[in-house]
Amino acid sequence: MTTTPQNDTGTRDLAAAFADYAPSVEGRDIVTIRPRYGLLSGGEERDARDGAVFATIDPSTGDHIAEVAEGSAQDVDDAVAAARAAYESTWRDMPGRTRAKYLFRLARLLQDRSREFAVLETIDGGKPIRESRDVDVPLAAAHLFHHAGWADKLEYAVPGMTGRPLGVVGQITPWNFPLLMVAWKIAPALACGNTVVLKPAETTPLTALLLGELAREAGFPPGVLNVVTGAGATGAALAGHPGVDKVAFTGSTEVGKAIRRATAERGTRLTLELGGKGAHVVFDDAALDQAVEGVVDGIFFNQGHVCCAGSRLLVQEGIADELLGRLRRRIELLRVGDPLDKNTDVGAINSHAQLERIRGFVEDAREDGARIHQTSRPLPERGFYFPPTIVEGLGGSEAICREEVFGPVLAVQTFRTEAEAVARANATRYGLSAGVWTEKGSRILWVSQRLRAGVVWANSFNRFDPASPFGGMRESGFGREGGRQGLQEYLRLEPVGA
Amino acid sequence: MTDRLEVRKTYKLFIGGAFPRSESGRTFPVTAPDGTLLAHVARASRKDVRDAVRAARGAQESWAGRTPYNRGQILYRIAEVLEGRASQLTAELEAVGVPAADARADVAAAIDGAVYWAGFADKLDMLVGGVNPVSGSFLNLSNAVPMGVCALACPDDGGVRGVLGSVCPAIMAGNSVVAVAGGPAALVTSTLGEVVATSDVPAGVVNLLTGDHAQLLPWLADHDDVDQIDLSGAPEALVGDLRARTAENLKRASLTRGAEDLRTALAFCEIRTVWHPARI
Repeated sequence: MTTTPQNDTGTRDLAAAFADYAPSVEGRDIVTIRPRYGLLSGGEERDARDGAVFATIDPSTGDHIAEVAEGSAQDVDDAVAAARAAYESTWRDMPGRTRAKYLFRLARLLQDRSREFAVLETIDGGKPIRESRDVDVPLAAAHLFHHAGWADKLEYAVPGMTGRPLGVVGQITPWNFPLLMVAWKIAPALACGNTVVLKPAETTPLTALLLGELAREAGFPPGVLNVVTGAGATGAALAGHPGVDKVAFTGSTEVGKAIRRATAERGTRLTLELGGKGAHVVFDDAALDQAVEGVVDGIFFNQGHVCCAGSRLLVQEGIADELLGRLRRRIELLRVGDPLDKNTDVGAINSHAQLERIRGFVEDAREDGARIHQTSRPLPERGFYFPPTIVEGLGGSEAICREEVFGPVLAVQTFRTEAEAVARANATRYGLSAGVWTEKGSRILWVSQRLRAGVVWANSFNRFDPASPFGGMRESGFGREGGRQGLQEYLRLEPVGA
Repeated sequence: MTDRLEVRKTYKLFIGGAFPRSESGRTFPVTAPDGTLLAHVARASRKDVRDAVRAARGAQESWAGRTPYNRGQILYRIAEVLEGRASQLTAELEAVGVPAADARADVAAAIDGAVYWAGFADKLDMLVGGVNPVSGSFLNLSNAVPMGVCALACPDDGGVRGVLGSVCPAIMAGNSVVAVAGGPAALVTSTLGEVVATSDVPAGVVNLLTGDHAQLLPWLADHDDVDQIDLSGAPEALVGDLRARTAENLKRASLTRGAEDLRTALAFCEIRTVWHPARI
């Protein structure tokens, strides 16, 4: 753990050390990026029927990476038919032990090629290679490995209930954790005996396609895992498809609501993992250095492109100046730049559109009279970057306190009592995550029991595990991913013996 | 036989522990199969829906804060009081045309169902929550938490069990409810308010509205302060539209149909997971 410098001399010394910096850039040559990628449907890679393609861009430079097939409603139709055929002919009735072995194989293949996946993820999405390498790829493999072991133990998933697969599952994943979210989606779905049509985010399709290739390499029967790339229209065609028995979506609350409407008439099973406006609640007895590190990790991890990001800081009045002083000094040390540099802390904003959105929120806050603190070191000249930003002087009703910015922007408010902290933390339409920072165990329990959040981290933040259910309350969505609770989202439950 | 004149009962709503008539002043007639008028039952209005939701919201947090053991005892008390009211409820079902044997069976099933859910309250967290074996130095705990305020569409032809079959599991899990039933279930729904009111259920935890599903359910599905709507008794033709309306605040839509098993309990709660560091 880094210790926060206590004074400005310390900061200056460290800043001087930063100036002597020699980058340590991860090589790109481990991954071969083809100029063009097709869809994976029924075990084959092929172009979209109408030949449409879209470009995927390296956000660290703005350069073109590759062309990717843009699936139409007809391509979705084909993929759903392939998934249905695979479900009925092989995957549904296959012994759980065999399904497990396929998933174990896939987990192992992903581990074998983890470096390649990490580099590709960083090139396509702009996240620091340190995160792709140490978080995204290992957690994706862990998710596959964990759920593989469920495939032959489904009778233990829910007490007294027999769990049967649902059929064809349509899954739509976001651009912030492209590979990891694919693993979160497909691992439980496939373990439970469903087949999958996956629509990865349009700005980051490459690792999903590579994982699809790995599934072929692992010998998965054709049609069990189909990947139909495309943008919103492709996703809408999948979510509204009558042959889809369940839809699982991770993304914005706005799109989640549209999917709720699109699946309403048919009553398709639905899991929604949507936006958030998570609060760190820091009490005056917290271990401050630890809290500073946690708050930094909570909002600047992955450029703040995290649905469960701790984008609000609620700090108890007595320590507000001290904590914010430490926080300002600490973010000055964050290295913003080339995502492939192994020392980079904050990489590139995922797209130009997202960068504009973040700028808009911060400008609006400035106009509202908020105090904006940003790091002083220059940003790279090319590509999409935004400096770590702390916004103070807020009342709580400003857009930056209520809306999801999805960027490296922390909104600060203060509180006096536990009850006020809880009220402020819950004053949002979201309910995904929260952090509690205090050295008093009973206070952790009291506060966490009152926070309307699906996940609460005590004296820590942004921890994930395949055994731990993740998901939101209120407008952060419903259903869980991970753990026994996540598994049952992919099962039709009937009382034993029924 | 004496020539004593019977005192007839006014069938009213049950909101916030009180028995108001509809704010609208409207009623609807409930008749016997031969057309004989049995009662003018209060017809809940949009304002009654709002009042009921407000009462439910006000009561929910402290109800959820009761111990599961206490909630279980209160549910058991409902069963006890129901037993004493069995002949009245049976008579009210028979009056609207339910065959006597069916009416008796319905009330008996409702009583036994209340006992089932009474015993569930302190098992829920054992069955749906627990410790998760995560990698790293954490004690990772998942717990069941109530959804909040639940709107319950109870079937018009479901009798006593149709109402209590969703009310009991919902309040078992710590929710407060606004239940809606009409038609042949109207008399017993109104009478169930008297059962709830005398069973130590805090005011506002259970609110019972008699009226028209087609009119009341869209208001509940649209309501921003309702967290869940159970559509078990909603007319089939309305279900798709009601689900679509839930999109506005992403309230949960469920279809439990009063099943007495873990699936129903799961529908009325969600999971909160807390990561406690296990290091110094």
